[in-house]
Amino acid sequence: MSEPYGILVSARRVSKSYDGGRVPVLRDVSLAVRAGEMLALWGASGSGKSTLLHLLGGLDIPDTGELSVAGFDPRRERDRLELRRRQVGFVFQLHNLIPDLTIAENLSVPALAVNCGAAATRARVREVAEQLGIAHRLGHRVQDLSGGERQRTAIGRALMNSPRIVLADEPTGSLDERTGETVFALLRTLVEQDGITLILATHERRFAEACHRWVHVRDGRLTET
Amino acid sequence: MRARNDVEAMRSLSLVFTNLRRHKLRASIGVAGIAFGVAAMLTILAIVNGAIGMFEHILVTDSEYLVFEKNVSDLFFSSVRDEDVVAVKTRPEVAAAHAMLFGIVSSPGYPVITCFGIAADDPRLEKAEWRAGRREDFGARSGEIFLGERAAEFLHAKPGETIAIGPTTFRVGGIFKAANGFEDGGVFLPLVEAQAYFHRPGVASVVAVKLRDRSEGAAFKRAVEAEHPTLVALEDREFSQSYNSFRILRATSWAVGVCAFLLGGLGVANTMLMSVFGRIRELAVLRVCGFSERQLGALILGEAVAIAAAGLVLGTALGAAVLALLPHVPQLQGYVQAQVHPGVALGIVGMALLTAVAGAIYPARFASRIQPVEALRYE
Repeated sequence: MSEPYGILVSARRVSKSYDGGRVPVLRDVSLAVRAGEMLALWGASGSGKSTLLHLLGGLDIPDTGELSVAGFDPRRERDRLELRRRQVGFVFQLHNLIPDLTIAENLSVPALAVNCGAAATRARVREVAEQLGIAHRLGHRVQDLSGGERQRTAIGRALMNSPRIVLADEPTGSLDERTGETVFALLRTLVEQDGITLILATHERRFAEACHRWVHVRDGRLTET
Repeated sequence: MRARNDVEAMRSLSLVFTNLRRHKLRASIGVAGIAFGVAAMLTILAIVNGAIGMFEHILVTDSEYLVFEKNVSDLFFSSVRDEDVVAVKTRPEVAAAHAMLFGIVSSPGYPVITCFGIAADDPRLEKAEWRAGRREDFGARSGEIFLGERAAEFLHAKPGETIAIGPTTFRVGGIFKAANGFEDGGVFLPLVEAQAYFHRPGVASVVAVKLRDRSEGAAFKRAVEAEHPTLVALEDREFSQSYNSFRILRATSWAVGVCAFLLGGLGVANTMLMSVFGRIRELAVLRVCGFSERQLGALILGEAVAIAAAGLVLGTALGAAVLALLPHVPQLQGYVQAQVHPGVALGIVGMALLTAVAGAIYPARFASRIQPVEALRYE
């Protein structure tokens, strides 16, 4: 599937359902995202935002339709692995950090998956931690961190292997208003300074409107705004 | 591509030790399971091999062939008549032959003591370190019994005193230190007195034969079996491998050891299953972060192998400690002289690793098949 110049992520007539087709979640969804764009998928819980992110990130496969993410086809197993390793970074509502590990150890997990080398991993961990303002916490365990610091660490983990795309699923959903705004500002900085493409699923309209572009997700369908 | 994947899998294994460190109690239970298996197998096999070794040593002191009754289930039931002993002794290829009668006797508080009926010229008397009495005294006076040093200790017997052996009372004629645990924990009677005591006049259990030239062994064996149809002659090694009691002992000890390992394996399987089920979300996060199915499987197997390795070290230390203590337990009468053969040690290492890997196969398979999307929803 060849894409127009600058399109990094595209979905064409993608559908996904669960429970043997009885629970449709996405219906004929089409979407195109340019490199360096910050796109919000805005919608209520259960509208299909997370499912779309999972399909784009190679965590799940569509029932029908075509997908292309950074030139890879997430319907193919080998492409899905490559996507998760080097092309896409995930940030979840619940940070999903590994308990009992230090921040440095959590950040280095994606590097272990791609055999980055110990010295290079340490250097990259330091670099990412400084960028996100958590370098002073590298030796601390997850349970010693605040909610904001945990989410920063989760963002750092997503950035470890220098992905082109970050898929953020309600990254501010479990944070208080002020911390949520700080985390959102951080994501925005990544797009503006590092040229990362960000697709953000959120139910908060103010964050959706603060993105370059947002689409409304409702009952598994997208409405461009 | 495959080689690159293997390298990637190796690097991700650094998480193995991190995970074991995080779940110390769980890992310790797995280590303990393997350690007990290793210790049990090591102890049992070392004791059995030691016992077999001691028994072999009794039989083959300064000899190369054993002559005994054909088709007996145990040498205690073997009967070699005096005239056959003489016939074997006088064969031209035989340099020396010593008849020996085995029996079990009891003394108050000690129901099982091995009794050896031997002739005064038996080489073991010459090789022994005499603590009391003299070798020349053996068989010189009737009604005398000679004790291994260990037997003298547990029977609290001193030279010149009398001790009750079964219904008979004997005077202690001498005490000597024997290198062999069975002999050192046993009592010795002159062959003729032993025959009378056990109501087996004119018979011995075995004849230990030393040849003038070992290359004549095959001819000797054929001649004995031709001239004495009720007897069989076996070379030392041949005897050790074919003797039923040794085979049963070896098989039983391996079976008990394997059972101990099976229990250890169940412990590892349980530990690894608990470990995987308790970390489903975490394993899903690893998948999200780019871990392949192969890497996740290797991670779980790696944890199991690390547990087995730690269990091996701990179990070996534990088994060695038990083996070091056993000879000092008075109730064992000095019968335990453990022997660890290299083959047994290798077998134990192999069993420990095999057990751990077998116990981890299902958990590893389960972990590698975790679907990230479903697992991230898992509470």
